[in-house]
Amino acid sequence: MITEKSHSGPVAIRFNHVSFAYGSSPVLEDVNFHIHQGDFSALVGPNGSGKTTILKLLLNLERPDSGRITLFEGLAGFKRDRIGYVPQHAGYDPAFPITVKEVVRMGRLKSFSRKFRSVDEEAVTEAMERAGISELSGQPYQSLSGGQRRRVLVARALASRPLLLILDEPTANMDAESEERLFGTLGSLKGSTTILIVTHDQSFVSSLTDIVLCVGDRLKTGTARTVVRHRTEPAADAPPDLFGGKAVRVRHDVALNDTFCCREVKKI
Amino acid sequence: MNGFIDVLFNPSLPFLRNAMIAGILSSILFGVLGAIVTVKRISGLAGAISHAVLGGIGMALYFSASGIVPWLTPVMGAMIFAVIASIIIGVVSLRAKQREDTVINAIWAVGMSIGVLFMARTPGYTDPMSYLFGNILLISVSDLYLLAVLDAVVLFLAWRFYPQIEASAFDEEFSRVRGVKTHAVGIVMVIAMLTLPAGTAGYIARNLAWMMWLGSIFSALFTIAGISASWSMDTPAGATVVVITGAVFLSAAAVQMFVRIFKRMRNSG
Repeated sequence: MITEKSHSGPVAIRFNHVSFAYGSSPVLEDVNFHIHQGDFSALVGPNGSGKTTILKLLLNLERPDSGRITLFEGLAGFKRDRIGYVPQHAGYDPAFPITVKEVVRMGRLKSFSRKFRSVDEEAVTEAMERAGISELSGQPYQSLSGGQRRRVLVARALASRPLLLILDEPTANMDAESEERLFGTLGSLKGSTTILIVTHDQSFVSSLTDIVLCVGDRLKTGTARTVVRHRTEPAADAPPDLFGGKAVRVRHDVALNDTFCCREVKKI
Repeated sequence: MNGFIDVLFNPSLPFLRNAMIAGILSSILFGVLGAIVTVKRISGLAGAISHAVLGGIGMALYFSASGIVPWLTPVMGAMIFAVIASIIIGVVSLRAKQREDTVINAIWAVGMSIGVLFMARTPGYTDPMSYLFGNILLISVSDLYLLAVLDAVVLFLAWRFYPQIEASAFDEEFSRVRGVKTHAVGIVMVIAMLTLPAGTAGYIARNLAWMMWLGSIFSALFTIAGISASWSMDTPAGATVVVITGAVFLSAAAVQMFVRIFKRMRNSG
C-alpha cells in the first residue's frame, strides 16, 4: 500500500526554478519543489550533494543565483523569526561559559532589541518542557552529553514558537534515549508546525515523514544537482531504534511529480 | 610598601597615580572585550590589531616630527590604524572566510613593518619597542580622559547589545538566522585587547557577563599588583603587569588540570 499524503492546503516552502553556484562551481540547477503547511518532510541525499546549500538558501544565509524561494505564501505578516533552526552543531567554543537556559533564551533573540518580556520567558519555559530539558535549566551547557545538547538546541528553536522547524541531521551522534525523546517532541508538533529534517540516510526515514525529497540526481548538463520527490513505503525491516520508532523505506526508483500532492485526493 | 603608598598619594608625583588610574580604567576594557575575544577565539586577531597599530604610531611620529601634520599624536595614529585593520579583516572574512588567518597574519606583519619604516625616517631617535610595549608610567591626564570615554562607550555597547553579542559569540550562524548583523557586532568588538584576564575568569565564570565582570576585576588586581611589584623590585611596570597576569593564568590552568586528574583518579580508583 502507498502511504503518500495527498492534499492541497497552503504551501509553506516553494522552490521555483532555483539555481545556485559557489563561484564557478554549480551546486543546484533548476530546483523545483514545494512543501505544504503542517507537512513533516525529509530532505535526503549523500554528503556533498547540496543539502546544506538548500538549507542555507531556505534560511536566507545564501541567495539563489536565479529562481525564487517563497515561504508561507499568502500568510500576511509572516516573519523569518518564526523559523526554528536546529543546526547539527552549534559552532561554539567548548569552554564558553553559558547555562542551558541562556542558550534556549537565544531562541527569542531579536536583531536589535535587548528587551526580554514575560511572553519571551513563557515561550522559553514551554520550549524547555517540550524538549524535556526543564531539569537541566541551570546546568552549564558544556557539561551536557551530545544528545542533551541537541535537545537544548531543539528547545532553542522551539522558543521562537516556529511555524517552520528545520533540523539538520538531528540524530547524528545521538544516544537512543535522546533520539526517542526527540521524535516524541517532533511527533507532538506534527500537523501544527511544518517540519523539515535534513539527513544523509537515504534508505529509511522516520514514519512521521509525509514526503521525501532527494537531492542528488545529477542533471545531464553538468555537475549541478536537483531535487526529486520520491515515494515511500512501510518497511518492516527498518531498524526502529534509529528513528525513535517505526520507519519507512525511500523508493528511489519511483519519482513523483512535484504537483503529485496537489491533485484530487486519491488512494492508490 | 609604605613608600609605594606615600608616592601614590603624593600630589607632586602624579605619574604613579596616573598609571594606577589608567590600569584600573583599562581593566574595564580588558575585562569586557577580553571576554568576547576569548569566547570567540579571536585572540590572534586582537594580537594582529594591537601590533598593527605600530604602523599608525610610526606614521604619526613621522608626520608630526617632520611638520607635515604637527598635531597628529601617536595615540591618534594608533586608533586610525586599529580601525583600518579591523575593517580590512572584517571585510575579508566576510568575503572569503578561508583567508581570514592569512589576512590576520599579514596585517600583523605589514602594520609593524610600516611602523618601523616610518620610525626609521623620523628625525631623531625613536625606539619601536618603547611604543610596542608602551610605558604605563608616562600616561598623561588627557590619556586618562580618553580611556574613560572608551570605557563608557564599550560598557554602553556591551550592555545595549549583550544578547546579540552573546548569541553571535556562541553560534554565529544561528544569530544570522535570527537577523543579527554578526559582522557589525564583530567589528564593534574588534579592538586590540589583552585576553589573559578574561581567560583566567573563564575558569570560574558561569556565563559571559560574569566573565566580563571577573575579567575586569582580575585585570585591575593584576595591574595594581604589577605596578606595586615593579616599584619594589625596580622593574619595568608594563612588563611586570604582563608577567604577573601570565603567571596567574598559567597557575589557574595548572590547578584546573590537577583537579581534573585528581577527579579522574578518584573515579577510576
